[in-house]
This record gives sequence, C-alpha cells and structure tokens, in this order.
Amino acid sequence: MDLQIDDSVLVSDYMSGDERALEILINRHNQRLSSFIYSKVQDREVTEDIFQDTFMKVIRTLKRGSYNEEGKFLPWVMRIAYNLIMDHFRRNKRLPKFQSNGDFNIFSVIGDEQLNAESQLIKDQIDCDLEQLIEELPEDQKKVLFMRIYQDMSFKEIAENTGVSINTALGRMRYALINIRKVIERNDIVLTN
Amino acid sequence: MEHSYTQYQNGCKLVSTRQHRIKFLMDYSKSLNVVTHKGMTFENNLN
Repeated sequence: MDLQIDDSVLVSDYMSGDERALEILINRHNQRLSSFIYSKVQDREVTEDIFQDTFMKVIRTLKRGSYNEEGKFLPWVMRIAYNLIMDHFRRNKRLPKFQSNGDFNIFSVIGDEQLNAESQLIKDQIDCDLEQLIEELPEDQKKVLFMRIYQDMSFKEIAENTGVSINTALGRMRYALINIRKVIERNDIVLTN
Repeated sequence: MEHSYTQYQNGCKLVSTRQHRIKFLMDYSKSLNVVTHKGMTFENNLN
C-alpha cells in the first residue's frame, strides 16, 4: 500500500506552518531535481547552488502565499530551476573580444539575446498553452513526455522508471506528439511566435 | 530503433544535493518571516 503523502498536501501543510512538510518535499525531489540541473550544467557545485536558489524561491513564494498551482508542485519547481539554469548560462557567457578600428559598430556583433517584452509575453502564452495541451494527454503518454522533455531523461531511463520496454516508451512519446498535433490542428491553435 | 537511444549519456547521471545544503534551506525557511501590511509584503530574516 502506498502511504506517500501527496505533494499538494505537503505544500498546504507547509503553508500552514509545518516545517517538516518542506523537508519531506525537498528530500522527495532532491535526486530528480539535482539530476535535472546537473544534466544541464555538468558541475556538482553549480548544481547545488542552483538547487539551493530554486528552493529559496520556492520557500519565499510559499511563505508569501503566492503559490496557486495545486497538484503541480514538481513541474513548477522544475520551471524555476530551468530559469535559474538559463540565468547561470547567461551570466557566464563569454563575450567575444573585439578590437575596434573605428568604422565598425560592436553592437552589430554582440546582440541582446533576451526577448523583448512583447516576444516574452507571446512565449509565456505559448508555454502556457502547451502545458494545457500536455495536461490533456493520457497519463502514460504525459509521463513519458514530461520525463523526456522536462527532465531530460533518456528513453532507457524512462523505460526503467516506468517499468516498460524502451520500445513502449518510444511508442508513448510518439503517440503523445501525434495527439498534441491532432489537438492543435483540430482547434486551429497557433503555437509560433 | 532501440539501439539509437540506449547509449550512455553523461548528462543523465543521477546526483543528489548534500544534506548540509538541505539543512541550510530548512534554517532559511525557519528564519524567514513574511508580513503583509496594507497590501505590501515585507520579508524579514529572524535570527
């Protein structure tokens, strides 16, 4: 019998002042979140820094009472971690050295890669629409798609985690994409900027 | 098809954050106090 307390219950307990609930949440998702971060940054210390910053944001949001995504705790935490990973890469990006000769504009070489406000707004909307589409998928397909796209797991790992063969995992991913495309076509949804 | 996806990927190594970091987070959580007053939210770190 599975007696594991649901994330949403633990979040609610923590928001009511139960610090132990937070410890359970952190320990429960420690390996998954740390591995996800490590798969991107490939450095143990940076992984732990980002993990720590992620949960500091989580703690602040929960204590402020701003959290409203009941039942989707892990995807929300993963998104925070992903944004912090991107910040890390932006911060550490080395700019190319350039010796100006007077008639060359440096800004034609170095651009600001951040999206402008309008593009960012559109991107956020697309991300939100896509999340809703993913939510519509059958549970087995949603699980594979989430592990592959958001957790960056190989199909071998997904197969081991879900207790199916690799070909079944591949098949579920394929059908997940086919189903998403179908819904997009059926409802004339535009997911491009 | 299976052979295309079964190669070892270094990026998939399983790691966990160490306990002293988790203890820091727990201490941070315990010390953080959020107060809302007249629509404004204030964060304090209490020792």
